[in-house]
Amino acid sequence: MYLQDKEKQGLTAWFKGGEPLIWMNAAAVTVSTLAVIGLLILLAVRGFSHFWPADVFVAEYQLPDETPAVVMAERVESEDVAIEQLLSAGFTLDTDEPFIQRELVKVGNRDVSGADFKWVLSRYLQNTYYPEQAIVLERREWGNFYGFLRGLKRDGQAIAAADDEALWQAFQQSIERAETIHHDIERVEKKEIGAINYRLEKLRLRQRGLELDEALPAAERAQKQLEIDSERAELDAAYAVLQKELNALYAEWNRDSFIVETAQGQQREQRVSTVVHAYKPNTMNFANKVGFYFGKFAEFLTDEPREANTEGGIFPAIFGTVIMVLIMSVLVTPFGVIAAVYLREYAKQGLMTRIVRIAVNNLAGVPSIVYGVFGLGFFIYFVGAEIDQALFPEALPSPTFGTPGLLWASVTLALLTLPVVIVATEEGLARIPRNLREGSLALGATKAETLWRVVLPMTSPAMMTGLILAVARAAGEVAPLMLVGVVKLAPSLPVDGNFPYFHLDQKFMHLGFHIYDVGFQSPNVEAARPLVYATALLLVIIIALLNLSAVALRNHLREKYKSLEM
Amino acid sequence: MTVKFMDTNKTATAGHAIDMESLGRVRNEGSITDEDITLNVDGLDLYYGDKQALFDVNMEIPRQKVTAFIGPSGCGKSTLLRCFNRMNDLVDTCRVEGAIRLDGNDIYDRSVDVATLRRRVGMVFQKPNPFPKSIYENVAYGLRIQGVNKKRVLDEVVERSLRGAALWDEVKDRLHDNALGMSGGQQQRLVIARTIAVEPEVLLLDEPASALDPISTLKIEELINELKDKYTIVIVTHNMQQAARVSDYTAFMYMGKLIEFDNTDTLFTNPTNKQTEDYITGRYG
Repeated sequence: MYLQDKEKQGLTAWFKGGEPLIWMNAAAVTVSTLAVIGLLILLAVRGFSHFWPADVFVAEYQLPDETPAVVMAERVESEDVAIEQLLSAGFTLDTDEPFIQRELVKVGNRDVSGADFKWVLSRYLQNTYYPEQAIVLERREWGNFYGFLRGLKRDGQAIAAADDEALWQAFQQSIERAETIHHDIERVEKKEIGAINYRLEKLRLRQRGLELDEALPAAERAQKQLEIDSERAELDAAYAVLQKELNALYAEWNRDSFIVETAQGQQREQRVSTVVHAYKPNTMNFANKVGFYFGKFAEFLTDEPREANTEGGIFPAIFGTVIMVLIMSVLVTPFGVIAAVYLREYAKQGLMTRIVRIAVNNLAGVPSIVYGVFGLGFFIYFVGAEIDQALFPEALPSPTFGTPGLLWASVTLALLTLPVVIVATEEGLARIPRNLREGSLALGATKAETLWRVVLPMTSPAMMTGLILAVARAAGEVAPLMLVGVVKLAPSLPVDGNFPYFHLDQKFMHLGFHIYDVGFQSPNVEAARPLVYATALLLVIIIALLNLSAVALRNHLREKYKSLEM
Repeated sequence: MTVKFMDTNKTATAGHAIDMESLGRVRNEGSITDEDITLNVDGLDLYYGDKQALFDVNMEIPRQKVTAFIGPSGCGKSTLLRCFNRMNDLVDTCRVEGAIRLDGNDIYDRSVDVATLRRRVGMVFQKPNPFPKSIYENVAYGLRIQGVNKKRVLDEVVERSLRGAALWDEVKDRLHDNALGMSGGQQQRLVIARTIAVEPEVLLLDEPASALDPISTLKIEELINELKDKYTIVIVTHNMQQAARVSDYTAFMYMGKLIEFDNTDTLFTNPTNKQTEDYITGRYG
């Protein structure tokens, strides 16, 4: 009895001492930290291993009671599967083990066999070997090709090669040449012909504007019509020249072709221009593979997507995300700060201000899709349509700003994040010591001067805090963007070389939506999955970078205005 | 010699000549007045909402002299001081009745521009409050507000003001360092320099040394002595020795009322009023 009491006392004392609380806090922090780190590691491992050039094996694959087949593929993953499951799926198996291993392999050659991924049961793979001559072709269409190089042709004539190595070298040179020509083609198509098309479109709008302008005197109209016609003739001539150049480039591009043989013995002839990269993974040493890996990774960051976003890079999405967040920041900061200054400094503190403040705080909790719907209904269909009526009547009925685009996406997100900036700025304003304001007022400064010269600079770290929170929220938002401007594939970047350089009316790509699109809307799930992980990690990294730069700026400002601790 | 005296409690003793009509007012006693009056407080009542904080205060503050306000905490001396540059305007519920005249003009008149008034009546606060800017920019602040941006003018004023506040020699090599890196005493002298840079007529000091160590306090007191040649100084202090050391005139306030206002020597050695005597001899407050 006595002992029990003593023990109880000890336990109570232990609780009162606060030690359990410390342990609980530490545990909570540990769990959260581990969760975040684990998530990042998962994303990194799953996403970034995709770029590693895996070895290619050739094996015989014979299921009981079925004809043998040859498999040439790279391993993707393996798992154990219950035998009942396989039996019920219609497999005939000659084993009693409860679980057997199966592997997902990438066989490529979608144009030949129909699917580029395949599940195989490990125990029925036989005579596996890694042929040195196995090549992997990354193609512009139809995914990867696995096989063996058998010959090279120029203008339909076979090129003689002393041995396999010489053939391979010639092939590589041919690919490089095609790649150079491809760059030229892209330049001509996108930049030069793109610019001409842009000017032709402007010309068409001018023509239409002329038709709409009924008040114009006939002489002037004829004069303008003449100008338009001559400019159009000029552009048409330039276009014809470029078109000729382009045709020549295409002919050059398609000059070479090559013959490959699949592991099953089928021979195919293809144009060299269809290949992006060719490599022999089984002959690469570790250093080669690392080099190749980083090359692929750089391509992922800087290239445009191919094949319904499942191949190539994600540069347009990165660019779109960053530019949208920047425009959003530029919009939300002044509005939020002005609103906060009014609420805190000028508005009479009463019931009305309280209601406004509560409303602002509640806005932060409204589901983002609601903002999306509001943005669509108000900004696009109302404001955008009015802008079109007033400024771009010649383009109607096709809308300019009356359709989802970069500007409206940024404005909608600015509205979404406005409460965060207002609240943070208000708190910052409240923290400025009263005696500093009085010091300024006592020197003959008006309230506005005091705000501008003393209070607002000192509040700037708090504004930055608001902006950091706003950026974090906006960069990760997807739902409203689907309604107000994001598309799965934008033909061009919203910033280019054509005046006025910033095309705020254009639709754009976004990493968050890219994840959704690639992961859940893609016809080729297995190929898309690693890209989902990689894109997700990249999105996290970009948000972190945007935030870190804002944090660095805030720390700089804090250092500058550190009197708050006085 | 001038003798000023006042009594709101109407308990003046027969030892002093009293004009019954001006009872409750500060007045110069006939023939011996030779002081030039800067500020004239006339029947001042001040309310915070429903609560009255100052009761019918009447006094005259002489030019280029040091006038000290003493009294227990909450007696209204800071409130009265803050009326002189209308700092109380910042309190929403504050309401003032009566008049304060600066050189004969009512500062609570509608036509008065508060910013201009505050330029003429500078104020130094209890806690040093330099702006988080460089020493130079702190002193130049008032001029920049007035739209003076010429470097030559600013350089000159900054040097003159810092010399005036006995700070120049200590900071002349680091004018562009952040003012927050200075010691408390230096910061307070910087605030004084910043205030005299706009050349006010009156300097209001609200317990300027209460947050400082004894040596800094001494420097501030020396500074006050030097400054009174140019400025009319009104100082609020909790420290009676300080009031005795630095001021020419002293006002004792209690419960929002001005109890006694007199020549400092007279007030401390021969107070007219019982309450004053009790306070300065330490019997209460």
